[in-house]
Amino acid sequence: MSKIAVIGVGQTKFSRRPDASIKEIAFEAFKEAVDDAQISTGDIQASIICSATHYDKQRTPAGVIAEYLGLNPQPTFNVEAVCASSGVGLRIGWSFISSGLHDVVAVVGFQKMTELSSAEVQEVMGRSGDVMWESPFGTTMPGYFALYARAHMQKYGTKPEQLAKVAVKNRFYATKNPKAMFQKEITVEDVLKSRMIASPLRRYDCCSNSDGAACLILAKEEFARKVTSNPVWVAGLGLASSPMTLTSRDTSLSSFNCTTEAANQAYKMAGVTPTDIDLAVVHDCFTITEIINYEDLGFCERGKGGPFAEEGQTYLGGKIPVNIDGGLLAKGHPVGATGASQIRTLVKQLRGDAGETQVNDAKIGLAHNLGGIGMYCAVTILKV
Amino acid sequence: MSFGKFGKVSYVSETKLQEFEKALEAGRIMGTKCKTCGKLYFPPRADCACMKGDIEWVELKGNCRLLTYSTIYFAPASFRYEVPYILAVAQFEEGPTVLAPLNKDLKEDEIEIGMSLRLIPMELAGGRVIYELRKI
Repeated sequence: MSKIAVIGVGQTKFSRRPDASIKEIAFEAFKEAVDDAQISTGDIQASIICSATHYDKQRTPAGVIAEYLGLNPQPTFNVEAVCASSGVGLRIGWSFISSGLHDVVAVVGFQKMTELSSAEVQEVMGRSGDVMWESPFGTTMPGYFALYARAHMQKYGTKPEQLAKVAVKNRFYATKNPKAMFQKEITVEDVLKSRMIASPLRRYDCCSNSDGAACLILAKEEFARKVTSNPVWVAGLGLASSPMTLTSRDTSLSSFNCTTEAANQAYKMAGVTPTDIDLAVVHDCFTITEIINYEDLGFCERGKGGPFAEEGQTYLGGKIPVNIDGGLLAKGHPVGATGASQIRTLVKQLRGDAGETQVNDAKIGLAHNLGGIGMYCAVTILKV
Repeated sequence: MSFGKFGKVSYVSETKLQEFEKALEAGRIMGTKCKTCGKLYFPPRADCACMKGDIEWVELKGNCRLLTYSTIYFAPASFRYEVPYILAVAQFEEGPTVLAPLNKDLKEDEIEIGMSLRLIPMELAGGRVIYELRKI
């Protein structure tokens, strides 16, 4: 199989962006990625535009974004897998190159969540689950993950303090990432005192809506070697699904089956095991999700995610550094941009270009990108 | 006859499962069962994923056991005046599970995972029909 590299990465700061349109935030990330790859727009043979389109005022945003980026007449289209949109976009870009159709592809993830009024966001939020059987009872995103949190606490004795540790860690690392939304540290006490959103999850257990974009330039090996001396290779890909309704899932409600499935695929393809991973970026839409991810990805034993967080094993210097870019919780979660932003973090680390948070001698990184209420999961393993 | 009265808010009114709403109005909780593979579905489905058989309606007794729950304080726009409310997932003694509101009179400290509950059909003001989990 031919090798495919990530040759360029770019990201806007994740924040509220009342000063820019979706095209303009996409451009910021795209320009940074093109400059990073030291190529020109004309080298890009296709663009994959990733967003959760229910947040967009613009119908089919790939049209206006590809135009604005100067990517006509090359193929372009939208990819939507909610929060996993750009994780899935990377897989499609990989397939385009792997098939021989294209040599260089841009994957652009973006979201301008504040483009909708808060009433509109609330309305969209009310349709996060199966609208026939679950939304009619007022389910919410935090509510779904809270159901998992409660089940995990019951089954394994996971404590609110352990959840809080995840938020504290991710806020801490966000202060070292200039592109992160939140730049202030918090304490366990702050988390436990924050207002309840969906018990047992409190305000600081939840990520924030934000605006932002991230872009990846993927290229086939021959092209990558021509333009860069430090390509980062896509070594493993996994993509899987779980039923959307909670009632069709495993009744333990304390693990995401799509994660274990996607992780197995990616580990197998990359020929590595969880202990080989030097650092990971995982989908921490809520603190409980990060804890469950530790277990589902095999970083710790099943049921031990809480103590793993409590012991600080996912800090730099711990067993496996996780979300040392701030994660979704503190870097911000502009839905469509998250997967690409995770890959950007790994690429910087594997190039040895991560500054203060650099993991010593990082060679293998894993990105885990979960979609919606846990029905889609993309796992990507990068290597140098 | 339609599906438009099911739930506190409804998003789907057209389905092959209109019988469900009618039965709920009559106080019965119905699932569907595949005549070929025997799989029991709740919520009901009009088609079995085994692709081999027709489905039939079967009544569920409503006895279930609590799997997990959460009290919602931050709600979608249409539920803004209902907060806080409790959502729960429970497993029927017949096997399938249900996501439903838990009766508001229950306080959080009276709720225990594993406790016995019953899923009760209810009519709301304005003729909407729902089901709710209650302590028995």
